Amino acid sequence: MRRRLALLLLGVSLAGPAVAADYAPLPGGRFASVLPADGKTAPAVLRPFRLRTEPVTNAEFLAFVQRQPQWRRDRVPSVFTDGRYLAQWAAPDRLGPAALPRQPVTQVSWFAAQAYCESEHARLPTWYEWEYAAAADATRADARGDPAWRERVLAWYARPSSDALPSVGGKPDVHGVRDLNGLVWEWVEDFNAMMTSADSREQDGADKLKFCGAGAISMEQKENYATLMRVAMLSSLKATDTTANLGFRCARPE
Amino acid sequence: MKRLLSLFALLLAGVAHAASPLPSDSLYQLSVPLTDQDGLTAPFAAHRGTPQVVSMFYTSCTMVCPMIIDTMKATRRAAGEPANLHLLAVSFDPERDDVEALRRYAAVHKLDLRWWTLSRTPPQHTRSLAALLGVQYRQLPGGDFNHSSALLLLDGEGRLVARTGIIGRTDPDFVAAVRKATAK
Repeated sequence: MRRRLALLLLGVSLAGPAVAADYAPLPGGRFASVLPADGKTAPAVLRPFRLRTEPVTNAEFLAFVQRQPQWRRDRVPSVFTDGRYLAQWAAPDRLGPAALPRQPVTQVSWFAAQAYCESEHARLPTWYEWEYAAAADATRADARGDPAWRERVLAWYARPSSDALPSVGGKPDVHGVRDLNGLVWEWVEDFNAMMTSADSREQDGADKLKFCGAGAISMEQKENYATLMRVAMLSSLKATDTTANLGFRCARPE
Repeated sequence: MKRLLSLFALLLAGVAHAASPLPSDSLYQLSVPLTDQDGLTAPFAAHRGTPQVVSMFYTSCTMVCPMIIDTMKATRRAAGEPANLHLLAVSFDPERDDVEALRRYAAVHKLDLRWWTLSRTPPQHTRSLAALLGVQYRQLPGGDFNHSSALLLLDGEGRLVARTGIIGRTDPDFVAAVRKATAK
């Protein structure tokens, strides 16, 4: 434990694009997701995994496009991203005043985020991994039952999106992971697996033809609408979409 | 003459394309290795030069998926059975849909392998391909999948020409787009 702490501290002190990113181990297990695995009540089952302790920053993404110039905004194939990809950068290879090095990178498509994670020998976290990690607070792995946890998440949603993004480096949670709630929205690997019906009354009937199998999945834990809003947002995205508040982090199997 | 020329172009396609870069908006920009019902692995762009109807399915699905395959067949028929149209269906379920499962499915559904390809690709590529095609899918605990259904028409360069979510009957607009894309 002490060694891990020392490693973490070392990682923080050297934080920068040239240094390998920190990944924290998370134990996984059974997890009551807002999206039941079977569309009804089954919990998600998570294998142990490692999660990047911070979202990817502008500086880190800049280093990536310098190594892999096919992901520069002036060279990326249009089939992988919309026209606003990295539009906040001053130039295809320069951040400028609207994109500070330690701010989380945003305006990145799912394809670009995946490619970045591959460059760290990682992948995007699945929704279950992300939701499970984000359920933690400073002292508990699952703080969702605490109204204070929900209020904190919702308070962030209420903040105007026109405000400049803070830098990464919020307080670490019980796993040593930062900024899951309160900084940016984040891509997940299976964003296109969240087939939720817009109207929950349709779940057993109208979607039978649209969705092979059991129809749209239902969302549980109605009181946890902070997380439900995130699901709704993610499920509305196309893989080429970019927005000013959507960033990402990466994950690895343990 | 025009037809002869286009035939010639088709023959040359393999050679010429090796040199010319793909268009920026070509779906073939995504490098996905697809393994077909004969166990042969080729890139997604393998049918570059020929218009292609692409969809996703899985062989153990009993409800919508056979309709997807039937709709692809019916679309080809309705478009006048163009010789230069390829049909590709990629599995959501690489775990269970091995080469043997694909081969069996092609036989049971009497798919003519002169223009049909059933394929699988490793899970991470399945997710990327679905993202590219705008198809949603989710594995259920029992091994089945929830998924949305779509047929996409790509031109010879892999650019999206038309797309339909209509399954179970042919979409007249989509059929018209196939006719047009294969008439050149």
